[in-house]
Amino acid sequence: MMEEVKEGSVLSVQTNGIKVSEVVKDGDSLTFIIISQKLSGTGEYHVARTYDDFDWLQQHLFSQEEVPGIQGIIFPPLPARAQVNPSAKVMKQLGLLALGDWKPYGAALEQFLQQVASHSVLCKNKALEDFLTSTEPPGRQKSKKNILNRLSQAVEGLRKEGHKDVEDFFQNERDLNQALTNCTKVVAEKFLDVVQTEQKISVACGHFSAALQMCVESAEDPDKQDFSRVCKSLSEVFSSMGKHMLSVAENDTDSLGLGLDLDSRYQDAEKEMLFRRTCKLVELEAAQRNAERAKPVKKAAMEEVKKTTETEFNQISVMAKQEIMELKRARVQWFQRALVLWCEKQLVTAKKNTEQLNLHLEKVRALA
Amino acid sequence: MFRSQTFSVRRRFSDFLGLYEKLSVKQCLQGCIIPPPPEKSVMGMTKVKVGMDDPSSVEFVERRRAALERYLQRIVSHPTLLQDPDVREFLEREELPRAVNTQALSGAGFLKMINKASDAVNKMTIKMNEADTWFEDKFQEVENEEQQLRKLSAVVDSLVNHRKELCMNTALFAKSMAMLGNSEDNTALSRALSQLAEVEDKMEALHQEQAANDFFVLGELLCDYIRLVGAVRGCFDQRMRAWQRWQDAQSSLQKKREAEAKLLWANKPDKLQQAKDDITEWESRVTQYERDFDRVGMMVRKEVLRFEKEKVKDFKSQIIRYLESMLQSQQRLIKFWEAFLPEAKAIA
Repeated sequence: MMEEVKEGSVLSVQTNGIKVSEVVKDGDSLTFIIISQKLSGTGEYHVARTYDDFDWLQQHLFSQEEVPGIQGIIFPPLPARAQVNPSAKVMKQLGLLALGDWKPYGAALEQFLQQVASHSVLCKNKALEDFLTSTEPPGRQKSKKNILNRLSQAVEGLRKEGHKDVEDFFQNERDLNQALTNCTKVVAEKFLDVVQTEQKISVACGHFSAALQMCVESAEDPDKQDFSRVCKSLSEVFSSMGKHMLSVAENDTDSLGLGLDLDSRYQDAEKEMLFRRTCKLVELEAAQRNAERAKPVKKAAMEEVKKTTETEFNQISVMAKQEIMELKRARVQWFQRALVLWCEKQLVTAKKNTEQLNLHLEKVRALA
Repeated sequence: MFRSQTFSVRRRFSDFLGLYEKLSVKQCLQGCIIPPPPEKSVMGMTKVKVGMDDPSSVEFVERRRAALERYLQRIVSHPTLLQDPDVREFLEREELPRAVNTQALSGAGFLKMINKASDAVNKMTIKMNEADTWFEDKFQEVENEEQQLRKLSAVVDSLVNHRKELCMNTALFAKSMAMLGNSEDNTALSRALSQLAEVEDKMEALHQEQAANDFFVLGELLCDYIRLVGAVRGCFDQRMRAWQRWQDAQSSLQKKREAEAKLLWANKPDKLQQAKDDITEWESRVTQYERDFDRVGMMVRKEVLRFEKEKVKDFKSQIIRYLESMLQSQQRLIKFWEAFLPEAKAIA
């Protein structure tokens, strides 16, 4: 049974209070525990959701055909489906989100929910309320796969994508988006490479520490004892270094990594929206031509079609402009937040490491 | 000891190998641990000869320079070797005759040579009856140590490779960041991203230094000691050879005594004097070789103890050097990010 979507539904939770508190591995699948703060009074909603539930939510958001200009919305992007033992293809899709035992993935889902909840149009969808508050999982029945997403992947996509725009603002935005989509994807990939190498270094340090520990012997010979102490010190140094590199990799993932990943997915989402609008433009221009060339008997009908399409196109354009301005503003903010957080975390970790290294240095110097 | 306070000479790589050759031959029966020279490298030298200016050639030259320096330092810090006229000549003499017999140290390297010698010793049929287990125990320890060092060396190699990978990936990330910065239409964000790209370039340089630190300080230390431990094994072999010589002399003496007895019985007085002279000669040789064996044994003990003390000192000082370098790196990293932080805050 399809859920009824009531217009003008009000979300009963605080937008910023939505948290994905836990990611639970259950055999092959992942379950996400979501906690939301009630708006009125105290109290929380605790719900358990799977990726299918998130998908359900997104499909509902896509299918709000009665909302004017819905196609002009830049839909908050949902990360790709995660698997407990991801295939190579899935790993590549998920990129950075597949690291850190699914914590970054949980953070990305949390971001998704917060973005939907703070969107002036989308937050009104009852599906969101049900998703966040209902103890029972929302209807698992597969709703019809809406064509709103991934339109640009379709075969005619390439042909329409280059279609010249009627407004400078949109043509410029499309060009900019094209450039940014490519750049952000590359940046996210290269950053992931950096993080993975840091993890490798951490593991190598751990190996070295373990190998050194094996050189430590409890012998009575004083010279052997001296060397054992030296080995033990060096083993401890590398154990610290291994932990330090792991922290560095975590910092990278949790702050800038998430930010770059989000940015890349939002560029894609904007691309989808702009493409939908371009398709509508193509449709409109076709309708205009048809209306012009129509024989008198068909003229009135064609004019109707033209008028409807025109209205739709204008509604989309109005919504799109708003969304674009909002995205520009939001993007700058989340980049700033990510960069500041990243920088601060790096400084904290580096200072801690300096302390550790100084302690080790003192210890080694004190060895006979 | 030397003619002047400070002096310099030019030497070829083969001269260093030649010095090792001379020292080994002379110190052969003494039981000294002779520091081994660095290995020859056809690959590395070819690149340098061809005049390639790439970073790996530069690294090779620096690696060799540092290794030769350590080699000489170990020689001159050995009290016996410092007295050796060949060592003085190496350090002082303007022109050295070209070293010739360095083929043994080519390609296959020093360790292969030591292993060959060890095998020969192992093939000696008469097994030694050790009154004192010290030598047996120590030898076993030395062999274990070599295994451990090899393992450590392999792990450090892997670490160095990962650090180099990090350099490369950081550089690629910096470049991609620069491109993103260029495409950005928001001026404040564009500027911050471009600056971030610059900071990441600096980070790449830092990672390079850390890779060099891992390699030159730890990696080379372990490689040196793998070879040094081989040299220690070599001096145990010297003791075995000295023992063998003594045993051989004892059996020769025995043969001479039997020959004398035969002559006495066969009643050939004219050859008897010769036989008696032989016996006297071999008796003194046996005494000499026994003394030699004891002396070598004492030297080996002394050398091994000295080696172990030096090893502790060496490792300790290298670790300190490593940590100091790491600390410097961290300080610079902190400066970079402290400089960037206000830029990041200024985005909005």
